[in-house]
Amino acid sequence: MELIQQLVNGISLGSIYALIALGYTMVYGIVRLINFAHGDVFMVGSFVGFYAVTMLGVGFFPALLLAMAACAVLGMIIERIAYKPLRNATRIAVLITAIGVSLLIEYVTIYLRGAQPEAYPSTLLPDRNLELLGVVISSQSLFILGTSLVLMVLLQFIVHRTKIGKAMRAVSHDAEAARLMGINVDNTISATFAIGSALAGAAGVIFGIYYTKIEPLMGILPGLKAFVAAVLGGIGIIPGAMVGGLLLGVIESLVSGLGYSLWRDGVAFIILILILIFRPAGLFGKNVREKV
Amino acid sequence: MATWKRTRGFWVSVILAFAFFAVVQWLIASGTLNVFYVNTLFFMAINVMLAVSLHLIIGITGQFSIGHAGFFAVGAYASAVMTMKLQMPFAVGVLTAGVAAMLAGLIIGVPSLRLKGDYLAIATLGFGEIVRIALLNIDYVGGASGMTVTHMTTWPWVFACLFVTILVISNFTNSTHGRACISIREDEIAADAMGINTTYYKVAAFAIGSFFAGIAGALYAHHFYIIQPSNFGFLKSFDILIFVVLGGLGSLSGAAVAAILLTIVSTFLQNYPETRMIIYSIVLILVMLYRPTGLMGTKELSSLFKWRKAAEGGMNHGSKNTVA
Repeated sequence: MELIQQLVNGISLGSIYALIALGYTMVYGIVRLINFAHGDVFMVGSFVGFYAVTMLGVGFFPALLLAMAACAVLGMIIERIAYKPLRNATRIAVLITAIGVSLLIEYVTIYLRGAQPEAYPSTLLPDRNLELLGVVISSQSLFILGTSLVLMVLLQFIVHRTKIGKAMRAVSHDAEAARLMGINVDNTISATFAIGSALAGAAGVIFGIYYTKIEPLMGILPGLKAFVAAVLGGIGIIPGAMVGGLLLGVIESLVSGLGYSLWRDGVAFIILILILIFRPAGLFGKNVREKV
Repeated sequence: MATWKRTRGFWVSVILAFAFFAVVQWLIASGTLNVFYVNTLFFMAINVMLAVSLHLIIGITGQFSIGHAGFFAVGAYASAVMTMKLQMPFAVGVLTAGVAAMLAGLIIGVPSLRLKGDYLAIATLGFGEIVRIALLNIDYVGGASGMTVTHMTTWPWVFACLFVTILVISNFTNSTHGRACISIREDEIAADAMGINTTYYKVAAFAIGSFFAGIAGALYAHHFYIIQPSNFGFLKSFDILIFVVLGGLGSLSGAAVAAILLTIVSTFLQNYPETRMIIYSIVLILVMLYRPTGLMGTKELSSLFKWRKAAEGGMNHGSKNTVA
């Protein structure tokens, strides 16, 4: 029973990782860039949700939408200011810029509101415990899982059934050819950042509800772990990010459940190094032969 | 005479370095430099060692590693265990620090052969975090509260370590092996095709770089009385990365100068850590947007004084696919 309990916790945690990992994977798929600032967009989303609830007094869903909108705008601004001028620069230059943007968002947040943590209002979602075959499932985790699933289905719909989704797939396949076909590549990239960042914002609000404590540096570790999740599933592959996120959440919960909770944060990186050594394309990726 | 002409610059810098050492030693002994300045000086030297050792990995070999604080931590803790727990002399501690960090460099270097660019960056970042988390969980070294260490770092030690670091790394860069490393940075596949053992040189660069980071760690541990895992988080790695990037990817003197300048800046901004990080990050973004090769590019300070064109350890500015 203990095992199943940990599994349930792991799935809730994993759905948060999956939402963040989707943003990483989409951005990587389209511009081959690890957006280090993604974890901080997640943090900003969490704070926007918090202020929406405490200052504007709105409920869960308006707060969620507000956080998603704010993050979408933030993501587009980051892309336009920091990454777009570097479209043709070396990979290392872009990576360093991404680290710079990440630090900038973190410390501007600390500068503006201080480093003290904030407690998320716990009354946002009904908190009732369901007991199912001896396993306690809180209604909050069901809500979290449900919201994540709806967002993931929505994303699949956008990517596969809409015009912008088609453009995104085309650009990620071959940006030059897409441009020749009359696709506005810059706008498509902006849209990708917006959608990815909106998902991170949603994950931020959900994280706040689940863990109740938020602070300006909270984005670093979930951000890195979500990247691990994206790599685990095969970076650039959307279903891969979902599965990778859920898998990572479950593994982490099992490790804590076995009594090694202090090692929990290390496990993700060990998984990363192992997967990079043994299956660098990820679980869902195909091996691509290197051409000179 | 020809040899003298070629090595004149080298001997002049060695003599200048020793003159600097003697002057500072005299200033410290006579009490002209107070504790604050000595502290800053030591901190500068440690940062220069870290910057120069990371320069070998990123600037010369082109392996984007952002877990340098991990090697630094391994060195600091290894030396502290030697001197504090096993009552060994400081020299043994320093040497153990280097060797332990080098072993760590080999452990991360060997799997890194299969990784490139972004993946390597994340893997090294992950390695740094694993080191920090491991140190937090090992009770023998004090866990989160850390270890207290006696003050043993003196100016002759700092100078000697700094001198050896710069000497070894600059000579390595100018040797056959250094050229091989530069060729890996420029184009790994081409280097491989030219018969260079890329695997060997990448691991060698990692091992040498981490060895000196470990020695810097030993000096750090025995200067600041206490070491805690939280001193070696990835912000520390980013600090070191900023030295290298700002100084110029591929310029040893650039990295050293950047380390010195930024140490001074952060000493002044000590009471405003947020402002410091905001300035750092904006500088990082602006440098990448407007001068992606760093302030010095691949030029060395000494080349400013030469009128003939020296062989540069430089990267081709136009090429897109150099690093990563």
